[in-house]
Amino acid sequence: MVVFPDTGVESMADGARDKGNGSTNRASEEAALSARLKGLGAKLGEAGRPKPDENDSRKYASDPQAMAKGFRLSTELVAGVIVGAIIGWVFDRLTGFSPWGLIVFLLLGFVAGVLNVMRAAGVVAPSKLPGGDADKM
Amino acid sequence: MADPIAQFQIKKIATLGTIGGHEIAFTNSALYMLIAVAGISLLMIGATTKRQLVPGRMQSVAELTYEFVADMLKSSAGNEGMKFFPLVFSLFTFILFANMIGLIPGTFTVTSHIIITVMMAMIVFLTVLGYGIYRNGAKFLKLFVPSGIPIVILPLIVMIELMSFLSRPLSHSVRLFANMLAGHITLKVFAGFVTMLGGIGALGWLVAVLPLSLTVALTALEFLVAFLQAYVFTILTCIYINDAIHPGH
Repeated sequence: MVVFPDTGVESMADGARDKGNGSTNRASEEAALSARLKGLGAKLGEAGRPKPDENDSRKYASDPQAMAKGFRLSTELVAGVIVGAIIGWVFDRLTGFSPWGLIVFLLLGFVAGVLNVMRAAGVVAPSKLPGGDADKM
Repeated sequence: MADPIAQFQIKKIATLGTIGGHEIAFTNSALYMLIAVAGISLLMIGATTKRQLVPGRMQSVAELTYEFVADMLKSSAGNEGMKFFPLVFSLFTFILFANMIGLIPGTFTVTSHIIITVMMAMIVFLTVLGYGIYRNGAKFLKLFVPSGIPIVILPLIVMIELMSFLSRPLSHSVRLFANMLAGHITLKVFAGFVTMLGGIGALGWLVAVLPLSLTVALTALEFLVAFLQAYVFTILTCIYINDAIHPGH
């Protein structure tokens, strides 16, 4: 799941070399080790920052989540368009603006569908929830 | 070749009476719903009768299910969302059991009928709407008014947000229904190929190995889909409930 950056591997190799050279001085070796650990920790923290709830919600089902997202995306767009069409049709029936309701609401529905998809994919932040990151799944 | 749609036919088992001239019947759909509920009850009651500190097999399964759903709800809607745990847990277990029972050959898949999935999606939708308005009052309408939008295009954005909100129950229900329907039809069609090819002769039986192996593979895929669709339905329920609790602070 976690992909170590190349630099991390490199520094690990560096550390191993250091250990080979300065095995006489135990204190400096310990200091180098702790420094290396700190650097690695910082790097890992940097890599893991975009997903703060990772260790929480991905404990199990790391695979199903990706697939679940795919299943989600497939219907979001269609749902928006269909809802637009239904509202437009009903609007036309009620008011008698014959084609215009359908045209306008179908377009609006399409836009809403695209918005749905982008929200489900996490491209657009769920605008109404500045504090919550729920829509990321 | 057997009709691939025949498996979705609603058959009357017994008539319970009439209401307003309309016949109320106990159908195979109702029977399989009862079987699903009985299965869930059996699992839960069986798990909680002994209540050991070190869980047995059944208790372990029940605890896993509980923790799975509880974690999903907590991570999406926070601790306040646990108020809705009974609803979310019921939905998850019912859909999961209905999907899984439907995969047994010869059974009826309850969730392959849109009326069932729409009903479940509407329960979620109306719960979110009702609780959102009850808890937040007029502030719930902020859900449709994103902050920081110029006043000129605000009406358009509100319309789009409103439509996005209205399309939720549709996508919520159609996804489950369509996946179950399509999966079962595909299985039936490929299984039908086996017997069709078998009718040709020895060569036909040889070629029939292909659709047969595909049917086996598809069955495995359908088990995955059956679980995933229950999972997707539940996680979306959690996300919608979160909207009802925190509509744009």
